[in-house]
Amino acid sequence: MGDYFIQQVVNAVSAGSLYALMAVGLALIFSILRLINFAHGDIMMVAAYLVTFALFAGMPLPAALVFMVVCTVVIGLLMERIAYRPIRGAAEVAMLLTSFAVGQILQNGTLLVSRLAGQPIQIAFPAPEIVSGVVAFGAITVPKVNIVSFVTGAVLLTLLTVFVTRTRLGLSMHAAAEDLSAARLMGIRVNRVVATAFAISSGLAAVAGFLYASQAGQINPYLGFTPVLKAFIAAVIGGFGSLSGAVIGAYALGFLEVIPTALSGIADILPPGAVPPDVHDLLARVFPSSLGSYRDAFVFVFLILMLLFRPNGIVGGRGREEVP
Amino acid sequence: MSPRVAGPLVSILGLSVGLAVLDASGAAFWQGLVINLAIFTILVVSLNLTSGFTGVFSLGNIGFMALGAYISAILTLPLSVKSEYLPDLPPWLAGVHLDQMAGPLPVGWLAATLIAGLLVALVALLVGAVLMRLSGHFVAVATLGFLVIVRVILFNADGFTRGSRTFSNVTPYTNLWWAWAWALLVIYAVWRLKRSQYGRAMFAQRRDRWAAQSVGISILRPRLLAFVIGAFFTAVAGSLYAHFITSFSPTVFYFDLTFRVITMLVVGGMGSVSGSVIGTVVVLAVAEGLRRVEDVTLLYGLSGLLLAAFFIVIIIFRPEGIMGQREISFGRLAARLRSPRGGGGAEGAAAELP
Repeated sequence: MGDYFIQQVVNAVSAGSLYALMAVGLALIFSILRLINFAHGDIMMVAAYLVTFALFAGMPLPAALVFMVVCTVVIGLLMERIAYRPIRGAAEVAMLLTSFAVGQILQNGTLLVSRLAGQPIQIAFPAPEIVSGVVAFGAITVPKVNIVSFVTGAVLLTLLTVFVTRTRLGLSMHAAAEDLSAARLMGIRVNRVVATAFAISSGLAAVAGFLYASQAGQINPYLGFTPVLKAFIAAVIGGFGSLSGAVIGAYALGFLEVIPTALSGIADILPPGAVPPDVHDLLARVFPSSLGSYRDAFVFVFLILMLLFRPNGIVGGRGREEVP
Repeated sequence: MSPRVAGPLVSILGLSVGLAVLDASGAAFWQGLVINLAIFTILVVSLNLTSGFTGVFSLGNIGFMALGAYISAILTLPLSVKSEYLPDLPPWLAGVHLDQMAGPLPVGWLAATLIAGLLVALVALLVGAVLMRLSGHFVAVATLGFLVIVRVILFNADGFTRGSRTFSNVTPYTNLWWAWAWALLVIYAVWRLKRSQYGRAMFAQRRDRWAAQSVGISILRPRLLAFVIGAFFTAVAGSLYAHFITSFSPTVFYFDLTFRVITMLVVGGMGSVSGSVIGTVVVLAVAEGLRRVEDVTLLYGLSGLLLAAFFIVIIIFRPEGIMGQREISFGRLAARLRSPRGGGGAEGAAAELP
């Protein structure tokens, strides 16, 4: 029972680390432009394809990873320049819809290229040794990719914090997030700041995409949809637009997701005789083993509750977004 | 007869003749396309009501469509198939078979469609009472959450929906006439609604909520009304779809379809009923043409890519779409035909109003 509990906590932290990498990229863009960049998940997907093709071509892993990050950053910058800059400051929904369209372009473009390269829709991800297999600590097993996610996440997010708080460009970014037009009046080059934000966000998405694909084991052009939704939920839980909030929200989401999985079939995990038979029956009825498959529904109900009652998230203050 | 009455009458007459010719021709491909056009028209006009009129962007409408499709399909399944096909249905539902015919009229299916519409409208009422309090992209994402929830439920409620397995054996009731009868009904209803006090309240709170509130227009009520009526019609489109395609699975009712409908809405113009019809025709024609190109060149993904690029171009260069909030006015058309330079008269000007 103790091991079962610890295993669930480890699972929650592992999932949270990956969500943190994704949510921070999303929150960074949102804080400056008020744009929910739904194409973020598709950037991850493109990164997974880039590294796959690089490895297929025989590149060594470090070179393949550098290739992946560089190409992804370039794609992110192009995306900003072509699609998002012309509608900067437009209605929120127009920006959101544009990001859907950008996502569709990335998905269909990837499908096109991958078919031209003679690949099937679903490709087995050539996960390198460092992220395959598991490490066992006693009865608890942790997939290596989760440890790598945790460490990478910690390192990259620390670097990002240093960048945002200690460098001139980072501080400009902060100012732009506070008030875009005031920042421009203070002589901050807003276009450069926004481009930097997209570059960082895409770079983070690339790393997250690599880790996500290693975990999933397979890639296809549509894999970005679920992670971007999760990243969005994490960002909302934490308080959208705040980087630290996104990280907190990501770990909160990790734990939240584990709950239905951990509770499903809990009656069968308890050692026999631990609880009276009628309590056992009650547990089995309230938490059936099928509960885990409703996980995503559960998480979204939580998201809707958050949006209604605490739209500013855990770190944000109280206050409602809408209708009095 | 005034052009305002004659215009719609002539259009309906023309459409009927066209449908009759198509029906007689036996060209299955074109018949299918025109039925699809009717179903998409209903989806787009309903989304226009829900989102274009009120400014509350719903990404969850396809969830209503899915519910409508499944409810109607389950209700109409003949008894001979039902016990074998859905053995785990609860007893009160297992005996229901709305497959009755009154002569040539599939009255059972009509009843099933209405029941599906009403049940879905009830769901929309409950969901909307909560979600319509949000605005901007928050409501968009919350309704997207609704879509995900519906999908998860459809996948897991095996006893009702067969889960991820294909739901087939649906009786093919939908034909050209039913599809277009419903489409015209929806177009008429939404067009009338736009000119009514309810419709004006929807537009008023979209344009300036504080001003609207200050003259006593509620924010929540018009939004909720639009959401619920839109859900009803969307469920009807789901029923038409189910009995047209006759076999489907939950994967159909997801983001790709949502995005397709949104593209049609934005291209046509948010707030314009005639714009919705035009947007549907344009996007469906472009998509179908591109699909042909794809089939010939084997460049799969090309059509989706170009459609999305087209969408971005529209958003950047013509964000109000083809029609904006304007409507086609038969009065103005007639005036223009009479004196090519003259343009619209008083009637034309009135048509500009939302």
